[in-house]
Amino acid sequence: MTSLLRSPRAGGLAVVAAAAIALTGCSGGADAAETGAATATSIADFGSLAELEAAAKAEGALNVIALPRDWANYGEILDAFAAKYPEITINEASPDVSSAEEIQAAKTNEGLDTAPDVFDLGLTVALQNTDVFAPYKVQTWDDIPDALKEPTGLFVGDYGGYMSIGFDSSKYPEPTSLEDLLGAEYKAAVAINGDPTQAGAAFAAVGMATVQSGGDLDDFQPGIDFFAELATSGNMLKLDVTSATIASGETPVVFDWDYLNATHVADNPAWKVRIFPGTGYAGYYNQAINKNAPHPAAARLWQEFLYSDEAQNLWLKGGARPARMESMIAAGTIDAAAAAALPEAPATVVVPTEAQSTAAGTLLGEKWAAAVK
Amino acid sequence: MTTPTIDPRADRIANPAGTELGAPSLRGASRLLPGLGLVPFLVYVAAFLAVPTVLALASGLVDADGSFTLDNLAALGDPVIVGAFANSARLSALTAVLGAVLGALVCWALLGVPRTGAVRTTVDAAAGVFAQFGGVMLAFAFIATIGLKGVVTQLLLAMGVDIFASGPWIYELPGLVLPYVFFQIPLMVITFMPALSALRPQWAEANLALGGTRASFWTRIGIPVLAPSFLACTLLLFANAFSSYATAAALASQGSQIVPLQIRTALTSETVLGRENLAGALALGMIVVVGVVMGLYSLIQRRAARWRA
Repeated sequence: MTSLLRSPRAGGLAVVAAAAIALTGCSGGADAAETGAATATSIADFGSLAELEAAAKAEGALNVIALPRDWANYGEILDAFAAKYPEITINEASPDVSSAEEIQAAKTNEGLDTAPDVFDLGLTVALQNTDVFAPYKVQTWDDIPDALKEPTGLFVGDYGGYMSIGFDSSKYPEPTSLEDLLGAEYKAAVAINGDPTQAGAAFAAVGMATVQSGGDLDDFQPGIDFFAELATSGNMLKLDVTSATIASGETPVVFDWDYLNATHVADNPAWKVRIFPGTGYAGYYNQAINKNAPHPAAARLWQEFLYSDEAQNLWLKGGARPARMESMIAAGTIDAAAAAALPEAPATVVVPTEAQSTAAGTLLGEKWAAAVK
Repeated sequence: MTTPTIDPRADRIANPAGTELGAPSLRGASRLLPGLGLVPFLVYVAAFLAVPTVLALASGLVDADGSFTLDNLAALGDPVIVGAFANSARLSALTAVLGAVLGALVCWALLGVPRTGAVRTTVDAAAGVFAQFGGVMLAFAFIATIGLKGVVTQLLLAMGVDIFASGPWIYELPGLVLPYVFFQIPLMVITFMPALSALRPQWAEANLALGGTRASFWTRIGIPVLAPSFLACTLLLFANAFSSYATAAALASQGSQIVPLQIRTALTSETVLGRENLAGALALGMIVVVGVVMGLYSLIQRRAARWRA
């Protein structure tokens, strides 16, 4: 009886060890195919926009990933691109995956036709994975503020927003400050969009709580303490927030980006969005092109489209602040009605640096689970 | 031709060729022929189960650059990880015991109905379905029923009973107990029913004939015979709850309090990066725990097999 138990186990251990040794040899990367479009760093390398369009149409397809249609009005942007270039088929993959999973998809699909061409990433993931990107500067590069772009064009901020509270105004009073949410009227009502050790929106919620509690972004502990208090007071809901939970009323008060909160008004006319005054926590997502994109010209055409006035205004329509907003306001090409509909921006705005993000991530990894138990 | 020997410990009559009585005895290489029929299944299991498992475990022994490291295994000592293993073990043990006891009672009740009757066949079929009903569907069903705005919650509120007076426990670790028990009980029914049906009525008659009472039947015959099976089934339920992921991910994912959720965080996090290989080490830890449990299960099953027909 014991020999029967022992030999498969020993055999299994041997196989695992052998595989581990074999895997250490697999740490190299593949060579990328060098074509003209794949190494283009600006429209000058193609000649003109018409030539870029021709090259992209010749490729015939564009692979995008992690673009939910109701996220910052991406649905309309994808449709507008498809209407403008009907020869280019857009393949939308995995709308609900995280930024980290986008990079994983690029690595596992390397060399295949299904690899993503372009990424839309949170800042932390973008900073860590610049070796996967190809540098490209769009025609409107100079309009984008320096703080929002990587100098060589490896990634560039596309749209962003402020961390806000969305709430069902027919059932709950408007919170005027962070401390209001600890009150008894918000019992079992407050939720955040995911887990901060996983999702950028939830990470930003803790960041916002930190700066609103009087702390700064070097140390996220005040934010963790706020949520620990929220949990012990029974006000915190530990359910993952989705459009469905908001529409059903299961999560009536939500920490989320202002442009995501704004989309829920369609489901619930009483839904309101509030950004706390004082210091606001902002976050921009970033566009990048896959170095080994299967359709490099289409990827670059998509970037040119996204930074054109049309797409920037469509993002604005979705409640997000586009990267070229200031220059478009100066030039008068902004959609004034949509800009006026945005919630009022707070006086001071903070965005974490890479060092602050990494330190906060480590702190959350150690402290979050115990804080919200 | 040699005479078959009767092994007093087994109900089967064994013959020296080692095959079942009635099967043709084979010589030499042709003995491998029946094994060939198993090859497609073995290839399938190897390609889709064994190889991915080995690769996942091996990924716990390398770091992001691909070089061998024991850092990931050392990270298993992190207090957060140890807490997650403890939570998983506690939750699994609690739901296993609850599922085992309630499932055994259901089996005992089923003994009283005819085996081929409508009740028994329906319950058997339903148990087969509900044992696999876990995941997002189950989580949604519970949210719709006893969530904060669920049907039963609102009914109870109308009657003046607020089950969430102390906080929204359904979205925390205690809230996982009910959904887990929901699929543990049917699994217990499926696995324990054969053992309970193997209690021969002749033994009850013999007990009465020798002057025993109902209590003595259970203490001297029933429980000793059933105990190995019951323990084995409880261990199976433990392993089942330990490895459940989808239900917890849908209901109680905040804080990643149990090990499968920690694996998810290590693999897909966009705020704490570079920990994908930790997932392999966590998987190794889980396999060790479940391996120990399943080893105990097979040990106990060998003893229990003595009493099955």
